[in-house]
Amino acid sequence: MKQCIFTIEKNIALTESVFEMRLLGDTSAFSRPGQFLNIRLEGLFLRRPISVCDYDENGLTIVYKVVGMGTAQLSRMHPGETLDLLTGLGNGYDTAKCGDHALLLGGGVGVPPLYGLCKTLIAEGKQVSVVLGFNTKEEVFYENEFRALGADVTVTTVDGLYGIKGFVTDALPERYDYFFTCGPEPMLKAVDKATATSGQFSFEERMGCGFGACMGCSCKTVTGFKRICKDGPVLEKEEILWES
Amino acid sequence: MGKLSVELCGIPLDNPIIPASGTFGYGYEFAELYDINCLGTFSFKGTTLHPRFGNPTPRIAECTAGMINAVGLQNPGVDAVIAEELPKLAKVFHKPVMANVSGFSVEEYAETCKKLDELSQVGWLEVNVSCPNVHGGGMSFGVDPVAAASVVKAVKAVTTKPVIVKLSPNVTDIVAIAKACEDAGADGISLINTLLGMRIDLRTRKPIIANKMGGFSGPAIFPVALRMVYQVAHAVSIPVIGMGGVQSSEDVIEMMLAGATAVEVGTANLIDPFACKKIIDDLPRVMQRYHIASLADIIKGVD
Ligand SMILES: Cc1cc2nc3c(=O)[nH]c(=O)nc-3n(C[C@H](O)[C@H](O)[C@H](O)COP(=O)(O)OP(=O)(O)OC[C@H]3O[C@@H](n4cnc5c(N)ncnc54)[C@H](O)[C@@H]3O)c2cc1C
Ligand SMILES: Cc1cc2nc3c(=O)[nH]c(=O)nc-3n(C[C@H](O)[C@H](O)[C@H](O)COP(=O)(O)O)c2cc1C
Ligand code: FES
Repeated sequence: MKQCIFTIEKNIALTESVFEMRLLGDTSAFSRPGQFLNIRLEGLFLRRPISVCDYDENGLTIVYKVVGMGTAQLSRMHPGETLDLLTGLGNGYDTAKCGDHALLLGGGVGVPPLYGLCKTLIAEGKQVSVVLGFNTKEEVFYENEFRALGADVTVTTVDGLYGIKGFVTDALPERYDYFFTCGPEPMLKAVDKATATSGQFSFEERMGCGFGACMGCSCKTVTGFKRICKDGPVLEKEEILWES
Repeated sequence: MGKLSVELCGIPLDNPIIPASGTFGYGYEFAELYDINCLGTFSFKGTTLHPRFGNPTPRIAECTAGMINAVGLQNPGVDAVIAEELPKLAKVFHKPVMANVSGFSVEEYAETCKKLDELSQVGWLEVNVSCPNVHGGGMSFGVDPVAAASVVKAVKAVTTKPVIVKLSPNVTDIVAIAKACEDAGADGISLINTLLGMRIDLRTRKPIIANKMGGFSGPAIFPVALRMVYQVAHAVSIPVIGMGGVQSSEDVIEMMLAGATAVEVGTANLIDPFACKKIIDDLPRVMQRYHIASLADIIKGVD
């Protein structure tokens, strides 16, 4: 983990409520896709955890949905303004566990961390199938970005006005060796039931610190208690204890 | 003695800054960020006799100038703390540490303290009496002078280390509880623990915290904490550790003027992981500004 000041390079709307922000600064604390950062915002007490969508030596991209005060404030910020971030948080996805054909399943703002993961998997020479799920046609984002990486992309919408009608679990490919997923918890549970192989899930929890100090975000797993922020947010299928 | 140094129950501290229990884990997350030997000491995560997961999540809620937590004393239990956490801590922290202890019966407090008493790494026992007493209808030990005193007596009987009793602010007469602890043999008092609070999510019309209520901490509670530190420090003759919402070196000086011998910093560490280091580095500047030659001189400087 590092605490660093980043400068906003770009902050644009992808849909009515989802924004993409590119930030310039020290990304040396990141080592894997699926890690996150924790953003300090003026006038708000707790930091806001957001997944890293992609990063390079000069900066990183986040994609966030406006749901409350903090994300609304973020959406009103301009290029040139700065943000205080805790970087390099969480374990991220472990691509070493994946075979030749990876399946990526993203729902809503669970899609962003899969982008950096997709890039990594393709650089490792793996075949990648991606299923992106959204509620409506208007909410769809990043379909072409994944395609440009060389992935095989399917989009599902609940309203059925774009792509396949239904949830990501209604559009699973016939063959894949391993899967990675991120999205709202009901979707993660459905993915757990619908998939036959092993895989990794990324979880959310309300956080006090985001770096393992407060025990605010703990969950029970087969291998003991884990902090979503430090021992997660990515957990392996076999260790997860689903709450009924 | 340096101008920042103070003495806490007979043990010297290089400075009065102590990260508060529950906000600093067992230290090593922070040791990755800075050399934590710059701290006076720190109080590790509340430890109980048996391992605890704590409460269901969500157990964190944001507030104006603070937060609510309902972690519920998650910890691996005293045996694992002794076998695993403390040896790991010894590699990165070379000063005596403060062991924060919780329990759900008088016997549990005593048994846990007895185990920790054997460790030379532990300097002080900080006994958190805010926990519910399972034999007392679930009422907190910390709200009843008799119950609080019974914990102090039981713990004093099993240890030679200084026993600091950490008080709950959720009481009508904090002075009565503090005095009962002093009379029972406590070597020091630390206060305040969190204030009972609550938040409701307007979208779901349900409490944000799964357990409905939790402990409110952070800068919003500083005036309440300062008032209680002032009242207790002027009523007892044992040292007092002040805490509650401390964020800056100015806050530290204010707490010491009110009567604190040392000052714990809690929630601030969660927002700014460098908070304690920054306060320690900044203290000489603020001391100069307010013409303070030695921090030890200002303790209880306000009548
Ligand atoms: C590891 C992790 C990665 C995340 N990645 C993304 C991402 O890439 N894109 C994205 O749009 N969102 C992401 N989220 C969710 C994001 O953190 C919340 O949407 C955001 O904190 C809401 O803040 P707010 O002030 O707008 O909402 P408010 O409801 O006003 O926030 C109040 C408090 O609740 C917390 N909170 C509210 N919703 C959530 C939530 N879903 N998860 C955790 N805390 C919450 C806030 O952090 C804040 O402390 C992620 C969450 C986690 C834990
Ligand atoms: C997440 C969290 C966990 C805590 N856990 C403990 C604990 O285990 N034992 C204890 O005595 N106090 C615990 N506390 C209380 C703090 O040590 C401190 O008394 C309180 O938060 C007030 O100080 P602050 O405003 O500086 O945080 C905890 C506080 C927080 C925020
Ligand atoms: S949020 Fe503090 S330990 Fe995870």
